[in-house]
Amino acid sequence: MTALLDISGLSLSFAGNSVLQGVEFAIERGAIVSLIGPNGAGKTSLFNCITGFYKPQRGRIGFDGAEMLRLKPWQVTQAGIARTFQNVRLFRQMSVLENVMSGQHCRTSAGAIGAILRLPAQRREEERIRDCAGRCLRFVGISSDEWDRDATTLAYGHQRRVEIARALATEPRLLLLDEPAAGLTKGEKTELVELIRRIRDERGVSVLLIEHDTSLVMSISERVSVLDHGVMIAQGSPRQIQADPRVIEAYLGSEDAEAVLAL
Amino acid sequence: MALSSGSSGPQSVEARPSAWGGLGEILDTPTKRRIAIVVILAVMIVAPIAFGPYATVILTNALLYAILALGLNIVVGYAGLLDLGYAAFFAVGAYSVGILTTTFGWTFWEAITVAVIAAIVAGVVIGGPTLRLRSDYLAIVTLGFGEIVRIAARNLQITGGASGIIGIQQPWLFGWHIATPTDFYYVFLALAIIGILVSVRLANSRLGRAWLYVRHDEDAAEAMGIDRVRVKLAAYIIGAIYGAIGGAFFAVNFTAISPQSFSFQQSTLFLMAVVLGGMGKIPGVILGAFIVVLGPELLRDLGSFRYLVFAVGLLLIMLYRPSGIWPMGSRR
Amino acid sequence: MTLTTLIAQQLVNGLVLGSFYALVALGYTMVFGVVKLLNFAHGDLYMTGAFAGFGAFSLLAGGVGAGWLGVAVSVVAAMIAVGILGVIIERIAYAPMLKAPRLSILITALAVSLVLQNSALTLTSGQFIPFSPRLGFAGINLGPIFINFKQIALAAAAAALMVGLELFVSRTQYGRAMRAVSVDKDMSELMGIDVNRIIAVTFFLGSALAGAAGTMAGAYYGSINYFMGFLIGLKAFTAAVIGGIGSIPGAMLGGLVLGLLESFGTTIPGVGSEWKDVFSFSVLILVLVFKPTGLLGKSEQERM
Repeated sequence: MTALLDISGLSLSFAGNSVLQGVEFAIERGAIVSLIGPNGAGKTSLFNCITGFYKPQRGRIGFDGAEMLRLKPWQVTQAGIARTFQNVRLFRQMSVLENVMSGQHCRTSAGAIGAILRLPAQRREEERIRDCAGRCLRFVGISSDEWDRDATTLAYGHQRRVEIARALATEPRLLLLDEPAAGLTKGEKTELVELIRRIRDERGVSVLLIEHDTSLVMSISERVSVLDHGVMIAQGSPRQIQADPRVIEAYLGSEDAEAVLAL
Repeated sequence: MALSSGSSGPQSVEARPSAWGGLGEILDTPTKRRIAIVVILAVMIVAPIAFGPYATVILTNALLYAILALGLNIVVGYAGLLDLGYAAFFAVGAYSVGILTTTFGWTFWEAITVAVIAAIVAGVVIGGPTLRLRSDYLAIVTLGFGEIVRIAARNLQITGGASGIIGIQQPWLFGWHIATPTDFYYVFLALAIIGILVSVRLANSRLGRAWLYVRHDEDAAEAMGIDRVRVKLAAYIIGAIYGAIGGAFFAVNFTAISPQSFSFQQSTLFLMAVVLGGMGKIPGVILGAFIVVLGPELLRDLGSFRYLVFAVGLLLIMLYRPSGIWPMGSRR
Repeated sequence: MTLTTLIAQQLVNGLVLGSFYALVALGYTMVFGVVKLLNFAHGDLYMTGAFAGFGAFSLLAGGVGAGWLGVAVSVVAAMIAVGILGVIIERIAYAPMLKAPRLSILITALAVSLVLQNSALTLTSGQFIPFSPRLGFAGINLGPIFINFKQIALAAAAAALMVGLELFVSRTQYGRAMRAVSVDKDMSELMGIDVNRIIAVTFFLGSALAGAAGTMAGAYYGSINYFMGFLIGLKAFTAAVIGGIGSIPGAMLGGLVLGLLESFGTTIPGVGSEWKDVFSFSVLILVLVFKPTGLLGKSEQERM
């Protein structure tokens, strides 16, 4: 069975500086995979390549058999890959519900004419968009009395969840989470682990996350891939990665080293 | 436009204050708002009789600007595209009607249909390649297009060159000859009301939200599956249609058009109308239109000095009250 | 006129015109480099320069004469005056808006432009003011074509200013700081560069160049009016884009290229002086759509 996401020979450079070199990487259907590596390793750049924001110079990105390399970001999302951002990027001056409703844009089609004439099909679609957004919000645990608030006035932990709900509203098959635990309290991190599991178990969405919190990575991942200076240096189960000398060496000297070595 | 989805009691922090802004706090129930709308409508309907012929002409002009400001508001206020050449669409509408009715003898209604189609084509041709540019470049490119249209109008045979077109026939509608200033006042009033309704419905729709998403954070919007070029193009084209319709009726109202009416100055006046009152908010935009038309009337004695007053006003608004003159309402 | 004569004449015209465009384009590009803003009011600074130069000339013509010296002094006076004006505008109108949404700062720039234009409109009631220094019509003959001294002086002055600017940017500390700020503003701040001061210097220089171009244009063409900045602003922007926005040599190159394109463009049958502007705008649009980084700019993906 082909992998859900299949990346081979991916190379990216900016103005002569190499950011990713010959990256080989695959995600199986229904998997929860973590991408780790020291700061500046190229993890977010890899995300940006997958989601179409960066155009790599070489390589292939296959998603469920389809070639993703030349697609624009909105096309990638429409194909079934959704993402969250490292620094929460909710739409300001818009409500929580409206933020999540944005995810449904690519799954609906009502245009200007439908809107102006308030055609029945358009009104039904609006209902559906609202319902879907509401369900996603309930799924991540945001109660309805927060839905009308300006999204950026929410507590930080809630904002992160809204961003996940927004990504889920695009009905993805693969969800990319960029440092979803950054800034969360211990309790919130436990909830996050639960949420990620439920995303996979109840919604059938595969998950790829970039994360620095090693205990979180170890507790949730089925597989871990390690990126260092743009090169994929190790891939395997969490246990294997911990024992891998190349990984230890890559982290030596960085603040994460102790965390990785201690586990 | 506040999106209602259930509770919005006094404790909740509303995402966006309603379009009524500060006025919305005095008119805080739907009934009060409906009454306000009825009162305003009533005043507007009896205006020609109540305020006399001179006021009627001025108000008609204000309504024309309101229609155009509503159209430009969709482009600038909703989609966030700085269009400095909006007068080009105004010109397309006016000249389509002018040329087709005088040179080719078409009826007004046939001509305006072509005008709208021409505006859509113009919107696609101009917007297609340029809407993906960053906003600074887009502003100057739209300015350039505005100038191209004006220069073309000034130099082509078919547009009457620098003297323009005269003797444009005024339209008939089911036996009613639309010819007097009062007739045109009611036509523009009806158009303005339609324009408002269309804007409201668009703002509260999937497309309207898409404009806001793209405007607030283009990249995040793309990540959510929104094709930002297509969304911007939709705004641009809808704005073009407003402009062309305004231009078409403008042509038959004055029965004569010349390139002077479609200059960069004109485009900036439309933009001022949108910004001064309150960009993105319908009551603000209409207020802005009225300020831009009535202002020079009131400041008539100052001569060319009044444009300086407007320019300074615009600068002060941008620096100290970018949300426009319309009261904002309490801060969240 | 033989073909070579025509080409030679247009070459001269093109280079002279191009010098104007280059001077104004430089200001555009320098400001864009440090604050990433297209100063919409830049063209009107050119116009203000023309007025300032005219003012200086009227005041000083009694003392230094209405000839070459008078013009030179007026140019310098205009440069200083417009340079200061540029800094004032930056402090009052742009600095407070740098954190605001893009649209707001663009409209603010437009507002500044309108204030400048309408001030001049009010002052002159829209009329063309004659500005005729006594420079004579003498010139030299280069083969079949005639180049008058005014054209030589203009090209020479523009070249001198551009060389001066290039030296400033590449040799002085300020110049190096300017380049640093245009590459990475935050990093420059961390390295201890007083970014605000550098921005002010950049605005001063860019505006001064525009002011010089304005005075020279006024003296060369013989009149000034409130609207002269509008078109030159667009042309200068076109020149800056052709050369690659943000690149100083690019602005110089772009200016000359545009000047030559326009001169040769007018010889195409059908393209008279009215259509010349349409021709230039079309060039602008084509460049932006097909090669937005211009001739000397780098094709680069933006980092997110």
